[in-house]
Amino acid sequence: MATSVTLPAHSPPGARSFFKRLTSGDEIARLVTTLFASLILLLTLGIVWELWIHSTLAREKFGFGFLTSTAWNPVTDQFGAFPFIYGTVITSVLALLIAVPLGVGAAIFLAELAPPRISSAFTFFIELLAAVPSVIYGLLAIFTLVPLMRDSIGPFLKARLGFLPIFTGPVFGVGYLTAGMILAIMTLPFIISISRDSLLEVPTEQREAALALGATRWESTWHVVVPYARLGIFGSIFLGLARALGETMAVTMVIGNDPSIHASLLSPGYTIAAIIANEFAEATGDLYLQSLVALALVLFVLTIVINALARLLIIATTRRGSSQA
Amino acid sequence: MKKNGLWLGAFGALALLLAVAEPVLLAKVLINGAGATFPEVIYTKWFEEFPKKYPDSQINYQALGSGAGIRQLTEGTVDFGASDMPMTDAQISKLKVKPLHFPTVLGGIVPTYNIPGLKQDLKFTPAVLAGIFLGKIKKWSDPELTKANPGVKLPDTDILVVHRSDGSGTTFVFTDYLSKVSPEWKTVVGSNTSVKWPVGIGAEHNEGVAGLVKQSPNSIGYVELIYATQNKMGYGAIQNAAGTFLRADLGSVTEAAAGAAKNMPDDFRVSITNAPGKQAYPIASFTWLLVPSKFADAEKKKVIVEFLRWMLTDGQKYAAGLSYAPLPKEVVAKEEKAIALIQ
Repeated sequence: MATSVTLPAHSPPGARSFFKRLTSGDEIARLVTTLFASLILLLTLGIVWELWIHSTLAREKFGFGFLTSTAWNPVTDQFGAFPFIYGTVITSVLALLIAVPLGVGAAIFLAELAPPRISSAFTFFIELLAAVPSVIYGLLAIFTLVPLMRDSIGPFLKARLGFLPIFTGPVFGVGYLTAGMILAIMTLPFIISISRDSLLEVPTEQREAALALGATRWESTWHVVVPYARLGIFGSIFLGLARALGETMAVTMVIGNDPSIHASLLSPGYTIAAIIANEFAEATGDLYLQSLVALALVLFVLTIVINALARLLIIATTRRGSSQA
Repeated sequence: MKKNGLWLGAFGALALLLAVAEPVLLAKVLINGAGATFPEVIYTKWFEEFPKKYPDSQINYQALGSGAGIRQLTEGTVDFGASDMPMTDAQISKLKVKPLHFPTVLGGIVPTYNIPGLKQDLKFTPAVLAGIFLGKIKKWSDPELTKANPGVKLPDTDILVVHRSDGSGTTFVFTDYLSKVSPEWKTVVGSNTSVKWPVGIGAEHNEGVAGLVKQSPNSIGYVELIYATQNKMGYGAIQNAAGTFLRADLGSVTEAAAGAAKNMPDDFRVSITNAPGKQAYPIASFTWLLVPSKFADAEKKKVIVEFLRWMLTDGQKYAAGLSYAPLPKEVVAKEEKAIALIQ
């Protein structure tokens, strides 16, 4: 509304009136902020453009076969993205499978059940966790998670659930599952702190109304508060997913860096971000280098596709939710 | 008041310092280089020591990796490059000014392993080493391994191969060696900074490989000799071309270069893996400075030439102390002649 007041919408177009309008503070603010916002768009387009230009050789040579090929052989100049796409998706999905129940559960406790003092103390530590550099998580994983996986968790899963193809093969300690677990730990702080904030923003009247209708504390939380905060919770999950998809250091330290596809989650694998970090500096030959850039392009598109799917999911569930309510 | 005086004094001193320092900084010839990480420690030392002798020069070096060094030289963003592997003809053809290769020091690569309960150092024949990394020798109790290690009790467990995941000169030299000693390796895998490994898991850098080997029972990996000695890691002996089993040390690595010196091409682009000579360690390599053969700036040329001369004489004395193998005198003599090619 404020803009319509300060904007003389019917003033005749022209350079003079344009400059005249500039004397108004609101107009300048509008211009500057529009400029800043469009910079984001320009930056994104610039990234796509650069990746597109610098992957020309690889795109022309391999075409769309690049996406489905499993070859990655720098000696014979054969490159394909599939093992890396597979590894990236698998580790991110594993991370979310572990982190979402844990994170949303913890957020519900902190927002709804915990005494305020405990809640704020916990929140401080969670935000601290979010600030830990990923290489530190990687190191911790190497020294604690990898031996634990190799000596306890891995053999246990194999012994109890070995009839499933996802828990077969030798256990090295490094692999998809280890990477998924460290990613889960890294995405947890995002999920918890944003979910908690959006749960806290649910109006008290909503809770009171549910309680007044005879709902128990838990029923009011689960059937009223959580659905109300659903958008924020989904948002936190996507932020976590974005971190999981692009995470490089911690993953490359524990995934085993093996560019092949395994059904078993205990096997070593590779992700797109990890191979770019590993091989970019020493890439010999133009096709090799451009294939790595093409991988970056694939990761970019993958992120967009997954985010788009996630948004569709939100829209679908929100509609269904509101029609039920 | 007293505090103010102190501030004023400090300010005055700073201004004086700047006034004195400024002309010195301006007069310096600044040279930029980038490339290999393996020789980073000695290069840093050299580029720190050399200006003490030649105060009008300053050399900056960024250890970005051999591939990056070659790329930056090609794009002309640095005055010289550095690489753990010689440039290929295709890479050279992209440069307007032909680069010259100057070997600076040598490095060796050693097999390191973790077999619980094993006391002795293991011996590896070329066939065994290739067999393990090809995934054909799957168990430590393989007859070929026990034959090379009489009297050593080897466990009947699966071998876990650990290799470098990042592209590296170390991998290039190691796979170059395996390609020379095993025709099968050459056709199936080949040599490069990264290869398609038939078996095993990858870890980053020397410390990653060493760490994973240390943690995983019954594993084997390869690391640079300098890394193994500095971290007091155990490593195995390898049978060289003359049939002797050698545990790598600086002497046997230098010997590999001396053995190869006779057939050294004039441009120094040579692989010295599996070198002849009874005392030559088989998995050794030069690391090179890549210097343009023509400088537009006469001042820069002067400093580079001075540096190369100094590096071949006084500079070499720093090598052993930093765990690098120095150049053999045959190679030094040949390089001193090659300096004249810089225009």
